[in-house]
Amino acid sequence: MSKCNRCPKVATLHITELMKGEAHEVHLCEECAQSYLQNSSAEDAPAPGPGGLIKSTTGMGEAELEALEKLVCPTCKTTFREFRSQGRLGCAHCYSAFREELLPLLENIHGDTHHCGKFPKRAPDDSQKRYQLIKLRNDLRLAVAEESYEEAARLRDQIHELENRTPQETSE
Amino acid sequence: MELKDLIQLRGEWMRGEGPDADIVISSRIRLARNLVQFPFLSRADDGVRGEIERTLHQNVIELALGGQLTYFDINQLEGIDRQFLVERQLISRELAESHGSRGVCFTRQENVSLMVNEEDHLRIQVLHCGFELDSCWREISRIDDLLEDRVTYAFDEELGYLTACPTNVGTGIRVSVLMHLPALVLTKEIQKVFQALQKISLAVRGLYGEGSQAMGDFYQISNQITLGNSEEQLLKKLKDVVPNIISYERKVRQALVKESRQALHDKVSRAYGTLKSAQSISSEETMHLLSSVRMGVNLGLIDDLPIPTVNELFMHTQPAHLQKLRNSSLDSADRNAARASYLRQRLSSVQPGDQN
Repeated sequence: MSKCNRCPKVATLHITELMKGEAHEVHLCEECAQSYLQNSSAEDAPAPGPGGLIKSTTGMGEAELEALEKLVCPTCKTTFREFRSQGRLGCAHCYSAFREELLPLLENIHGDTHHCGKFPKRAPDDSQKRYQLIKLRNDLRLAVAEESYEEAARLRDQIHELENRTPQETSE
Repeated sequence: MELKDLIQLRGEWMRGEGPDADIVISSRIRLARNLVQFPFLSRADDGVRGEIERTLHQNVIELALGGQLTYFDINQLEGIDRQFLVERQLISRELAESHGSRGVCFTRQENVSLMVNEEDHLRIQVLHCGFELDSCWREISRIDDLLEDRVTYAFDEELGYLTACPTNVGTGIRVSVLMHLPALVLTKEIQKVFQALQKISLAVRGLYGEGSQAMGDFYQISNQITLGNSEEQLLKKLKDVVPNIISYERKVRQALVKESRQALHDKVSRAYGTLKSAQSISSEETMHLLSSVRMGVNLGLIDDLPIPTVNELFMHTQPAHLQKLRNSSLDSADRNAARASYLRQRLSSVQPGDQN
């Protein structure tokens, strides 16, 4: 059970607020939720979230921010800090790269950290191969941004080769 | 099929039939899925977005969903056409308003839609009319299986289906029921419902989902959590609680009829009268009045108007639909006049004799 962001009571309401495309999680008890919802009910212009938002990066020390910056997904290069400010992960591998930090968050949102629903009939490839394509695509994106076209061409060939080796899009 | 042909059709879920259709407009389930070989969209540049769109377009269009499928490249559509698809519940506002390669594929009956490059690579949606969650789940799970034969999803044994936002991880499911609750709103009892739903972590939203206002007394009740419960367990949560809300709404309606029949009949008749005779009317007022009329029809206070027509008027009087019907782009004042004229014409054909 998570605690209310505004008072010591147990949070019963979990709000994901979207502001300018950024998601913020708010966890509130019933009373605080009432005043929160009344204050932010104006159409299209949600009031800025309360200062005590658990996942907001404002009010954090330099050292803390730096630590978040150092936590990087090796596949897509998203930092944990970026995730905290945008509320979106960069790729499937982020879930493993940030696992330790994500688990308490998932516990907060869902009250659980284990999937017990549907499973794909086909087991996904092993993780190494699984993330290789994403990583190559990210490298390609960076190479294009840096105008390293030779490198980009090389990466493109590598992606095509790897894709043709895994017949996952057309298998029947 | 072209977009303009859609206006002549009525989405299957708008038939106004199905279990408890007087109160439950529709049942909807959506699944969030991502392809294993691509980054999520926040890390996808235009090139990668395009590749994801092509991959999914190619695969969804060939699905055997029992009928003709239509695919629209949202990026190629004008603003009004995107708004039109939002009003029809075929795409989300987020998909309409975002940018870059993205698309939607849907069935002719409009009860299955697959959105490409929304918040996740793929959002599958199934809509049925009335309170019909089990059949929605069977259908969407079958579509999910069909797709899974063709593509590989990002999945983790412990965390389930991996999604761009951790609020959807696990099952990636949102089960929601669209309810029409005018009597609970009228008596302000609706607050109690909200509070009770919050306690069991169910969310209440307006007609167009996240962040939208509750127009026309329509509310969407849906699950918040997606991890730690199976899809069936999450379905059951709604299957347990929605009948209570239905009987609460019915009880309050009956109490209103019993205790203040005249006042209620007056309110409903005035709403109907305004809709039949107004010369200029906003979309909000239309929604508000149609809501009263809809309740009036369900309570037998209005007997010359079928529910499917009322459901259709809710949709056809919205801005993009109205402009499509008129085949021209109209500013707000012209829309209000066109809306009033459309309502007069539709409602007068219900009652012969009124030529206006």
